Amino acid sequence: MIMPDAEVYSSIKKDPAGSETWDAVIIGGGHNGLVCAAYLAKVGRRVLVLERRPVLGGAAVTEEVFPGFHFSVCSYVVSLFRPQIIRDLELARHGLEIIPLDCSFLPLPDGRSLARWGDGHRTRREIARFSARDAEVYPEFGMAMTRLSRMVKAIIDQPAPEPASVRPKDMLQLLRLGNNLRQNDPDDLYLLSKLLTMSAADFLDEWFESDVLKGPMSVSGIIGTFLGVRSPGTAYVLLHHYMGEIDGAFRSWGFARGGTGQISLACARAAKSFGAEIRTEAGIQKILTKNGRATGIVLDNGDEIHAKNVISNIDPRATFLGLVGRDQFDDEFVTAMERYKYRGSSGKVNLAVDRIPEFSCRPGAGPHLQGDIAIAPGIQYLEKAYDEAKYGSFSKRPYINMVIPSMSDQSVAPPGKHIISMFVQYAPYHIKGGAHTWPEHREAFGDTVVDTLAEYCPGLRDSILHRQVLTPWDLEQDFGLTEGNIFHGELSMEQMLFLRPASGWARYSTPIRKLWLCGSGTHPGGGVMGAPGQLAAEAVLKGGI
Amino acid sequence: MPVPSPFHERTAALCHSLFWKDWSGYHAVRSYDTCHSREYMAFRHTAGVIDVSPLFKYEVSGPDATRFLSLVIAKDISRLRQGQVTYCCWCDEKGKLMDDGTVTRFEENRYRVTAAEPSLHWFHRYSRGFRVEIEDSTARFGALAIQGPAARQILQESCAEDPGALKFFWSMENRIDDRPVVITRTGYTGDLGYEVWCAATDALPVWDGIMAAGAGSGLQPAGLDALDVTRVEAGFIMNGVDYVSANHCMIESRMSTPYEIGLGWTVNLDRDPFIGQAALRREKERGPRRHLVGLDIDWVETENLYAAHNLPPEVGIAAWRCDVPVFSHDGRQIGYATSGSWSPILKKNLALAHVQPGYHEPGTLLKFEIMVEHERKQVKATVCRTPFFNPERKRKSPHDHARR
Repeated sequence: MIMPDAEVYSSIKKDPAGSETWDAVIIGGGHNGLVCAAYLAKVGRRVLVLERRPVLGGAAVTEEVFPGFHFSVCSYVVSLFRPQIIRDLELARHGLEIIPLDCSFLPLPDGRSLARWGDGHRTRREIARFSARDAEVYPEFGMAMTRLSRMVKAIIDQPAPEPASVRPKDMLQLLRLGNNLRQNDPDDLYLLSKLLTMSAADFLDEWFESDVLKGPMSVSGIIGTFLGVRSPGTAYVLLHHYMGEIDGAFRSWGFARGGTGQISLACARAAKSFGAEIRTEAGIQKILTKNGRATGIVLDNGDEIHAKNVISNIDPRATFLGLVGRDQFDDEFVTAMERYKYRGSSGKVNLAVDRIPEFSCRPGAGPHLQGDIAIAPGIQYLEKAYDEAKYGSFSKRPYINMVIPSMSDQSVAPPGKHIISMFVQYAPYHIKGGAHTWPEHREAFGDTVVDTLAEYCPGLRDSILHRQVLTPWDLEQDFGLTEGNIFHGELSMEQMLFLRPASGWARYSTPIRKLWLCGSGTHPGGGVMGAPGQLAAEAVLKGGI
Repeated sequence: MPVPSPFHERTAALCHSLFWKDWSGYHAVRSYDTCHSREYMAFRHTAGVIDVSPLFKYEVSGPDATRFLSLVIAKDISRLRQGQVTYCCWCDEKGKLMDDGTVTRFEENRYRVTAAEPSLHWFHRYSRGFRVEIEDSTARFGALAIQGPAARQILQESCAEDPGALKFFWSMENRIDDRPVVITRTGYTGDLGYEVWCAATDALPVWDGIMAAGAGSGLQPAGLDALDVTRVEAGFIMNGVDYVSANHCMIESRMSTPYEIGLGWTVNLDRDPFIGQAALRREKERGPRRHLVGLDIDWVETENLYAAHNLPPEVGIAAWRCDVPVFSHDGRQIGYATSGSWSPILKKNLALAHVQPGYHEPGTLLKFEIMVEHERKQVKATVCRTPFFNPERKRKSPHDHARR
């Protein structure tokens, strides 16, 4: 029997402060904080999770934004959630169910369209309508990406390698990784170095000729970054799309039944089953430190909670400069945190509609609408969308990635009604006039998104019952995502691995003893992986509590 | 989602078993009955007709077509005569097998290539600088294989021009129900047989014409399960089963060379450069890492193992395609089988296996793993030459008799 959602929150009303000292208090009830709590509680540690909002999940949250319509308000698809976490925490028993997306659909303004399916031959026929050559290269590209992601994947499930360290353990880890790499075909190593340095568009140019194919493929290189498809370094992120696995199947994407919040709730149920305590509406104003060591936190209401370890699931800058205070760090670290790039570039538009949107290029409510749908008609379109963002405007014709989860999950919308979840890029946090002016642009931004989609779905406007528009400013104000970055800091090459969030501090520990990070601002980063939470728990346990 | 082949309307109406599979993205009948026995027997005793439209087909033409094909294909295509068909394979630069198929030379510079895998991109990669046009004609043509002892007679009755004199691996233009067709004396059963190539739009009348002509000769529509048994008897390898295209392999050890897979005879090394030539030359000098052999799995020992459980011997009626370890006489694993079948006409249990050098000579005694009452057992298996079944009628033409 799965614990009802309401019960997950039930222990929250307990006396907040109390006099006891916790083994660990976790700031933020996002999926990583909850994963971390579950792993610590599982080995008998006394853990308290504190969430500022009334709902759990952070940006991996489901909310009934409009009566009867349950939205995955922020993060809306999953792929990278670590399978070992699902096993260790028995998340299936706690209600996690992932519905696979079988199709990637690309409508085009000229009435053509491209659907890529799980069925290889069907995909080949689809692509062949644009390029017979690309149709055959496509599975070869997939093979190459699979080989490369297998080379890289090893580092997702372990703490970031530390090249500067001379500790035998770290050197051994590097040696092992190096050895793994050496076992690969030299051609694959050369390909990997291209992938690490090229732009998504250039890299795809080396494989494909059809812009129709390159458009939707290139976008996986820019999601969540303030970069364009022609910016160097974006090719690597393409690989992340092939690293996702659901039930061992690589490159598979899906969404959680009941919305992304159900991932967080499953983690919360697991954490509770191991004895962790979870409290919502418990905002934190300060992390307490004494002699360079964290001792607890102060709640918004002034209550103090003492703990042997403080683990922050919020992003690095908000943790260090916001909750600890810059006076507790040396200048170098403060500078590093100030330089750590957020610059959110995306927004979210969620629609409640009274019918399934109908695309004029492929009418009907077919299975092509059950996967993800991309408005990304070509490299030019995407680069132009970036151009506008570079100079402080949101894209007049943005890249949109949308899903209609209600087509395969009836629990999220009233009968006959549907929800549309749209990820929209670019919406630069630093908009002209300053980020705080975003509320003035919010509706115009929402209109732009609806107008863009309506060019492909003429009946869309009439079908809209409700609309929720989240600008990067809203993501920061409502969800605490600094500068609205969905990954707690850009997932660009210079902010990954041993550089995330700062060189020398990529192992979940911080310059403040007993203060740890467990969110997406640490290795291996964002994408609803749960890995930072798990790896942080391991680090905390190794630190000895 | 597979799509229907040009013959679907006819095959679907006859496929009472609803036993279909996906073949290269097409709906393909596995067997028309719940069991393929009758269809197999038709191939060997009368004739079977099987829809082979899903085979990939490429039209290669232009002034440099011959030169181009001689470059990409391991066999010297320039030696092929007009009207002739050849079985061949092509490799990558490292001499690793990409695919196997046939090439038909229609005219001086007009060819058709058939392949098991999509190969357009592979051909395009090397066509640069050649005055050659390559068209993927897979969907434009339907293809039927008419295989079995009665195949000649059936085609003689259905064709406008007598194909009786058509020699093994030659082609001719013809008409069936007044629709233009190409007939090649080729097939995948290792028996007397022909393949008929027609425009997809003519598929139904061509089917009807052949079925009408075959009504009196025991012609049976046959599915892939029956074909699979015959191809094992014929010792024919299959892409994706007995080897994997080099471009589909995650690791090098999964790739094969023609010499490893028994296709060494299709490689013409000493000629102008072709793709993979240098690597293949080295491979030939060094000798392959493994050899493809036929195995005759001892039936008496198999019977005895079952008899120990008071059971009659059990053998699946369908051909199988999975990895089965093969051991040396002293019990070391020296290879693996990738496909096999009980041969209903030879009354032998057959397999195609890959074995280390030294274990590949005909007559070598090996051990083959079988499961008997949930226990792993080993039975004697003898290496033998393929084809296991090789009837004289396969190659013979009426003229040959005359000459004798």
